[in-house]
Amino acid sequence: MTRKKSQLADKIEINMTPMIDVVFQLMSFFMCSLKIVAPEGDFDIRMPLGKSAAAVVDDQQVPPIRVKLSAGGDGSLASISMNGNPIADFNELRKKVVSLVGKNRGPDSIADKTEVELDCEYGLKYVNVVRAITAVSGSVQDGQIVELIKKIKFTPPKAPR
Amino acid sequence: MAKRSSGVSSTDIDMTPMIDMTFQLITFFMFVMNFSEAEQDDRIQLPMSQLAKPVDGPIEKPITLQLTNKGSVIYAGEMIGLRDVGGYLEREKSVMLDAGKEPNTATIIVRADGAAKTGEVQEIIKICQEKGFEKFALRAKYDEGR
Repeated sequence: MTRKKSQLADKIEINMTPMIDVVFQLMSFFMCSLKIVAPEGDFDIRMPLGKSAAAVVDDQQVPPIRVKLSAGGDGSLASISMNGNPIADFNELRKKVVSLVGKNRGPDSIADKTEVELDCEYGLKYVNVVRAITAVSGSVQDGQIVELIKKIKFTPPKAPR
Repeated sequence: MAKRSSGVSSTDIDMTPMIDMTFQLITFFMFVMNFSEAEQDDRIQLPMSQLAKPVDGPIEKPITLQLTNKGSVIYAGEMIGLRDVGGYLEREKSVMLDAGKEPNTATIIVRADGAAKTGEVQEIIKICQEKGFEKFALRAKYDEGR
């Protein structure tokens, strides 16, 4: 009997309840405040006021590529043209831009100096602009982004039709 | 003796696996949790692009303007008209100038809906330009292309 009693006295029982309470509260907090964020990226554009691409062309600079996007009645893309020449789709636009700027991508390359000016109709759906920017700013080859033109500008907004 | 021992029957539950699992769950949620104040709004359906890879670091002095497909702007969680953007930006500009920062160092993040009118996006850009902002980031959803 005395031996049993001493064994029971030796056993220290830790009360786990407060810790488990706190841990569960922490878990509930993290679960409730979890917000699944979809990956998003940016196209950086630097556009100071009063400097359209066509206006500022110095000797060092290559003339800008003017891409015109026309809209249909419902805001869908009606036609694309590059420097006045009609283009079938955005893949062709990318090919034409590549043929213009060549394959050199160094800091002083033509691709680095060239600027694209987007001339879009007011009612055109914005998704088409992002497609055009995607087409002129690069492509994905074997999971790697191959950059094309970084300097992109917009013409001043036109009045809605 | 035998009667007493059968009366005090205690069942000890082993809590160790449950606590282990709970701590692992907490660790998981802590890592997954996004502390950055990414302004995302479900009302905006961003256009997709394969080149819109997520930015590495935080953008310096960001001002987010979200354009819905109805032509209204969401600024700081508040729905405002396109014409009111100038007033809000004027306030941002004065706050920046008070802090000794030029507005051209700030980046305007434009989160426009894919179905929004391009002219309205251009108008936002024009209003920002008039207030002295000149760095823009056109936001798109990253398309993995699979």
